Amino acid sequence: MTVARTATMTVARTALAAGFILGVSVAQAQVTTKIKVGLMLPATGTFAALGTAIENGFRLYLTEQGGKVAGREIEYVKVDDESEPSKATDNVNKLIKRDNVDVLVGTVHSGVAMAMAKAAKDSGTILIVPNAGADAVTGPMCGANIFRSSFSNWQPGYAMGEVVAKKGHKNVVTITWKYAAGDESVRGFKEAFEKAGGKVVKELNLPFPNVEFQALLTEIASTKPDAVYTFFAGGGAVKFVKDYAAAGLKKNVPLYGAGFLTDGTLEAQGGDADGLLTTLHYADGLGTARDNAFRESYAKTYKLQPDVYAVQGYDAAQMLAAGLAAVNGDISKKAEFAAAIEKATIDSPRGAFTLGKSHNPVQDIYLRQVSGAENKVVEIASKALADPGRGCRL
Amino acid sequence: MDLATFLIQCLNSLQYGLLLFLVASGLTLIFGIMGVINLAHGSFYMIGAYMAFALSPIVAATFGGGFFATLLVGLVLAVLLGYALEWAFYSYLYDREHLQQVLMTYGLILVFEELRSLFVGDDVHGVKAPDILSGTLPLGEMMTYPVYRLFISGVCIALALGMYFVFTRTRLGMMIRAGSTNREMVQSLGIDIKFLYRVVFAAGVALAALAGMVAAPISSVYPGMGGSVLIICFVVVVIGGIGSIRGALLAALLIGFVDTFGKVLLPQAAGVLVYVLMALILLWKPDGLFKAG
Repeated sequence: MTVARTATMTVARTALAAGFILGVSVAQAQVTTKIKVGLMLPATGTFAALGTAIENGFRLYLTEQGGKVAGREIEYVKVDDESEPSKATDNVNKLIKRDNVDVLVGTVHSGVAMAMAKAAKDSGTILIVPNAGADAVTGPMCGANIFRSSFSNWQPGYAMGEVVAKKGHKNVVTITWKYAAGDESVRGFKEAFEKAGGKVVKELNLPFPNVEFQALLTEIASTKPDAVYTFFAGGGAVKFVKDYAAAGLKKNVPLYGAGFLTDGTLEAQGGDADGLLTTLHYADGLGTARDNAFRESYAKTYKLQPDVYAVQGYDAAQMLAAGLAAVNGDISKKAEFAAAIEKATIDSPRGAFTLGKSHNPVQDIYLRQVSGAENKVVEIASKALADPGRGCRL
Repeated sequence: MDLATFLIQCLNSLQYGLLLFLVASGLTLIFGIMGVINLAHGSFYMIGAYMAFALSPIVAATFGGGFFATLLVGLVLAVLLGYALEWAFYSYLYDREHLQQVLMTYGLILVFEELRSLFVGDDVHGVKAPDILSGTLPLGEMMTYPVYRLFISGVCIALALGMYFVFTRTRLGMMIRAGSTNREMVQSLGIDIKFLYRVVFAAGVALAALAGMVAAPISSVYPGMGGSVLIICFVVVVIGGIGSIRGALLAALLIGFVDTFGKVLLPQAAGVLVYVLMALILLWKPDGLFKAG
C-alpha cells in the first residue's frame, strides 16, 4: 500500500513538474517581445519621494519614445526596497530569479545599491543605478554590466574642494554623518582642497542618523575655522542648516556643502538656507534648450517640478535606450550592449555626458547658490569631472 | 576645551537632556506605568510634529492662527486619538504577552507611516517658531543661542514638575499607581480601572504628540522621524526605572551629558556611548535608577 502510494505520488509529482516547466516556457515565449525592466526603488520610508521622482523620470523618457525602444515594448516589474539593506539581497533576487528581468534599475540607498551590484555581478543582469552615490559601485565593485546615471559621492565633494580653495579659505572644518556617503564626500573635498594648499583642521562626525548638532556646532565655534564643508541630506540637512543659522555661525563662518544639503529641502529650510553655496551635477536655471524641454514635459505629465532625482531616472532610461538601440533590442548581446553605452553621449537635461571607464558619468559639476526656493547655477565648478574609479578593474 | 566652551557644552547637554525627557514623557506613562510595550510611541511623536505643520494653516484660517492655538488644537486631537486607540486596540493588550504587544504596536507604526505618506506626502517640511520666541541670545564671541530652545527647556521642567506632582501628591496619581500594581484589587475597591487607564493612555499619547509639536520648529518634520526617537525613549525609561518620573528625568539628563560630551571627546564611539551607559547602569542596578515602589 505504501509502495503503491509512493508510486502514485511520484507520477503525480512528475506530471506536476512537467506541467510547471511547460507552463513556464510557454509564458516565457509569450513575453519575449517585451523588455522586462525591474524597478527596485524605495516606495516607502525616508527616501520614498526620491524613488517616485526617479520612476517618473524613467517613465517620462520612455513615454516620449512612444513606449517602445528599438521596437520592443517595456514591461515594468516593481519592488519596494524600503531603503532597507537587510532585505536588499532577497528583493533583488526576486527580480532576477523569479521575474527574470532583463534590466535592473535601482536604487537610492547606497547600502541597498551595493547588494544590487553584487547580485547583478553574480547573475550578469544589467544594472543601472539612478542615484546611490557609493564610490564602490563604480570602484571596487564595478562590473561590465553595471552602470550609473547619477554621480559618485566623491564628485561633488572634490569640486567643492576646488571652489573653497579658490575662495582663499585656508583652514576648514568638515562635518558629516559617520557613514559611507558622508565619509566619501568629505574625502573627495579634502583631496582637492589640500591639493590646492588648504588644510582640513578638524573632521567632525556624528552617528547616522543622529540630528543633535548642538555639541558639534559649539566645537566649530571654538575652533574658529575660515569655512565649513558639510554633507547632509533630507531631514538632517534641514535641521543642520537651521541649527547652523540659529547658532549664529552662518554670518561668521561660511558654510559650503554637497548639493544634497539644499535639494528638496529649501521649503523647509526657509530663509536660513539663503545664499548657501553647494556643488552638484544639476542646478536650477540652467536655461539650456534641453533642460527647458525636459522641465516642461515633466511638469506637464506629472503636475510637478522635476528635481535632480527625476533627471537621474530620465537619464537611466536614456542609457538603456542607447544600449538597446545598438543591439536592435536583443538584450542578450550583453557585451555589445555595454560597449554601446560606454560609447554613447547621453543628452541629459543636466548637460551632455559620457561614461568613464568605470561606468560613472563624466560630467560638469555646477556651483549653485540658494536664492528663494531655487538652487541657481553660478558657474561650472569643475568641468567634465571624472571619478577616479579607484579599485575598479575593467 | 576652555571654560567658556565647557559651559556652553554643559548648557547643550542640559537642553538636550530636557528635550529627551519631553520626548520620552509619554512613554513613561504608557510603558513605564501601564506596562504596555508601546513601539508606536514614535508614531505619536511623529503625528504631533505633523500636526504642528499641517494644522497651522487650518488653525490660522479658523481661529486667526498662532503657534499656541495650534498647540492647543493639536493637544485636543491627540487626546481624542489616544482615547479612541485605547478603546479599539490597547485595551485588549494589558493581559497579553509582550510579544503580542510588540506585534500590534509595530503594526500601528506601519499604518501611521502609510497614512502620513498618503495625507501629507514624503517631503521634508519646516515649522516656524512663534515670532516672540524666534530671537537669539549672544553666547561667546561667535555663537548665539536660540530663545526657542530655552522655551523648550522651560516646557520640559514644567511638565516634569507637573507629572511628578500628579503622581505623588494627588488622588488620581494614587489610583493610577495602585492600578499598575494590582488591577483587580483597585477594581474591587470600586474604581473604574478601565476608564482610568483609558484616560492615562490618552494622556500618554497627548504628551508624545505635545513633544512632537514643541520639538517641530527645531527638528523639522520628515518621514521616519518617529523611528529615530523611539529607541532613545526606551533607553530613558529603562535607565530611569520603569514607572519612575524622577528616574526618567535623571536618565534623560544623564544621556544628554554623555551624548554631548561623547560627541566632542570620543567621536569614534559617540554612537554606542549611550548604550554602554545603559548597560553599566543595568549591571549596577538591574531595575534602573529608581524603581517605582
